[in-house]
Amino acid sequence: MARQPAEIDIDALQEVLHERKRKSLPFVWIVPLVAAVIGGWLVVQGIMEKGPTITILFKTAEGLEAGKTKVKYKSVDVGEVKHISVAKDLLGVVATVELVKNAEPFLVEDTQFWVVRPRIAGGQVSGLGTLFSGSYIGGDIGKSTTKRRDFVGLEVPPIITAGMAGRHFVLHAETLGSLQVGSPVFFRQEEVGSIVAHEINKDGQGVTFRIFVNAPYDQYVNANSRFWNASGVDVTMDANGIRVDTESLVSILIGGVAFGTFPGIGPQSSAEENQEFTLFNSRMDAMKRPDALTVPMVVIFEQSLRGLSVGAPVEFRGVGIGEVKSINMEYDLVQSKPSFPVGLAIYPMRLLSLMTSPLNEKLNAEEVRRARWSALVARGLRAQLKTGNLLTGQVLVELDFFPNAPKAEIDWASTPPRFPTVPSTLEEVQESLVSIVKKIDKMPLDQIGTDLHQTLQSLNGTLHTVNAMVKRVDTEITPAARQTLEESRQMFQTTQRALAPDAPLQHDVRDALRELSKASQSVRLLGDYLERHPESILRGKK
Amino acid sequence: MRGTAVTAAQLGLCGCHTCNLVTKVEPGQRDAVCPRCGYHLHMRKPDSIARAWAFLIAGYILYVPANVMPIMHTSSLFGAQSDTIMSGVIYLWHSGSWHLALIVFIASILVPSAKLLAMTFLLISVQRRSVWDPMQRTKMYRIIEQVGRWSMLDIFVVAILVALVQLQSLATIRAGLGAVAFGAVVVLTMFAAMEFDPKLIWDSQGGRRGSSTG
Repeated sequence: MARQPAEIDIDALQEVLHERKRKSLPFVWIVPLVAAVIGGWLVVQGIMEKGPTITILFKTAEGLEAGKTKVKYKSVDVGEVKHISVAKDLLGVVATVELVKNAEPFLVEDTQFWVVRPRIAGGQVSGLGTLFSGSYIGGDIGKSTTKRRDFVGLEVPPIITAGMAGRHFVLHAETLGSLQVGSPVFFRQEEVGSIVAHEINKDGQGVTFRIFVNAPYDQYVNANSRFWNASGVDVTMDANGIRVDTESLVSILIGGVAFGTFPGIGPQSSAEENQEFTLFNSRMDAMKRPDALTVPMVVIFEQSLRGLSVGAPVEFRGVGIGEVKSINMEYDLVQSKPSFPVGLAIYPMRLLSLMTSPLNEKLNAEEVRRARWSALVARGLRAQLKTGNLLTGQVLVELDFFPNAPKAEIDWASTPPRFPTVPSTLEEVQESLVSIVKKIDKMPLDQIGTDLHQTLQSLNGTLHTVNAMVKRVDTEITPAARQTLEESRQMFQTTQRALAPDAPLQHDVRDALRELSKASQSVRLLGDYLERHPESILRGKK
Repeated sequence: MRGTAVTAAQLGLCGCHTCNLVTKVEPGQRDAVCPRCGYHLHMRKPDSIARAWAFLIAGYILYVPANVMPIMHTSSLFGAQSDTIMSGVIYLWHSGSWHLALIVFIASILVPSAKLLAMTFLLISVQRRSVWDPMQRTKMYRIIEQVGRWSMLDIFVVAILVALVQLQSLATIRAGLGAVAFGAVVVLTMFAAMEFDPKLIWDSQGGRRGSSTG
């Protein structure tokens, strides 16, 4: 058996057996080519779609998950959290977010990011969808042109997102009340905006709010606008009665701020952005006249102050000119009787018409002012407690003229000046009632009773006499009268008979008259004859 | 003649690829056909190495998007989510189903990559006419051929899910481009393995039955 060559030329064999010798590249190389094209296209597409990467600093990564949590702008996915790590200072977490390709507008200074979680606050329920889908990061594109890639995430969603027309204003208040971020702002009970932020002033004195009023309502905010806290149900019980103020059901539940224009002042131009206002506690407070000038006074009452409270109005014939600022009690050891100094704040500006003097420097001059007050007191101006509301028993301090009041004057020496008082009308009535009762008490009521008894007895006797007289008239006079009447009737009957048409009298009269007529006729004939023959008297008839 | 064997090629014998009938071919004969089934007779699969390379390279290219791009987009009430093969494995691992994670990892990541590398190794060794342990290489080839189809596991899962989970707004699953690429990789590597002629491993041995027995 011949030894075969160890090596076989496979290629030669292939050439022998294979009928189609390929000169060019085999057709099969199309496959990797196509794969390369597809792969290349996918890679290019991937690179093209890959957007910028940013980092966002959050306080906590609650609800965030690398590779799952989306970034949404107006509910459209614009990116995804790729990586979450604790910040270098260990005080927060850094979320690395890959945005979609055309997310360049996000990369500006004032772009905001926040985590959207289920949230029930401020009268609105938001992010309920995230209960199922998990949290996501909301984004809002800023307007700045400064580029930025590292952001600090907000803890709560911003109330105002970019593109909302309107204006911010700043409010100052003493306390937060029940207001919170997101509480609505009302204008004529229409919801026109919301509270964007609030913080305690740096000095710890009061709270500053930032509110946003949507266009077109922001034009109604002007320099003359008053803001007040419209939270909940405002029930006040004072000398003016019970007052219940509410703005809307929403504000009852979650509070709110309302504003209105102070009446009586002409149209104003709209307020500037970030203009500052005072936030009043109630609409009533807000709508009070601006009381720039207050005059402290003290009035001392000796009667019960039941029903008088701090804040009660001081009125002049029903017009509020001040309010009660303090109520104290003193006890005079010498006279051993208590007195109640009540501190008042009088707003002389409201007395402008009373003073008949325009507001000027003179009014502010101490001497002039005192002189004017003294003059008023000399004319009888006094303070008096008055029941403002019979139902609630609240009382107020009334200033009025009492010309008959005993002479008094303002004690300018004390601080604050002491204003003279008169007892209240109720007290006066009480006093006069007491004196009337006393007078009644002094009357000789027993003697009056005895006299009255005697008088009544004699009156009784008189009545008996009258009664007897009446009886006598009945028995004696009545029969005679009846007889007289009978006779009269007979007489009338006779007369009637005589006057009847067929009565003999009538007939006789008629005959007599006929005879008389005949007689007069004869006389006339005689007369005629005598006229023609006057001689016949002498000679006789021929 | 210790350690050597006469190969069929040396004797001018050629096995039909279709019906396995061994036929005598004359040297220099062209366009030989199998007398039994009529199929073209080849000593070796034509262009075996080139074709295998072509499919393998295509597989390599698509292997990148297959692993980088999401194979499945899940959108449900609970949000939308895209999963790559690896993220699925990681998810399974973290959620405690480490055995499932292992299966998916082996079937979808280990096997395809091992297949690609093994094929590469075989092709290079054949081209360099390496004489290193043809027995081992042949075993390797067999394993590649057998195990290749199991990599389609992922694709089947995705296909079933996509078909089943179509609850409109509640939940929808769509296949991602990664799945297509992955499927292509599996198919391409299978093609590459099919095109590769294991006889080539032995050709460089020159009739010896491996160096160990040589």
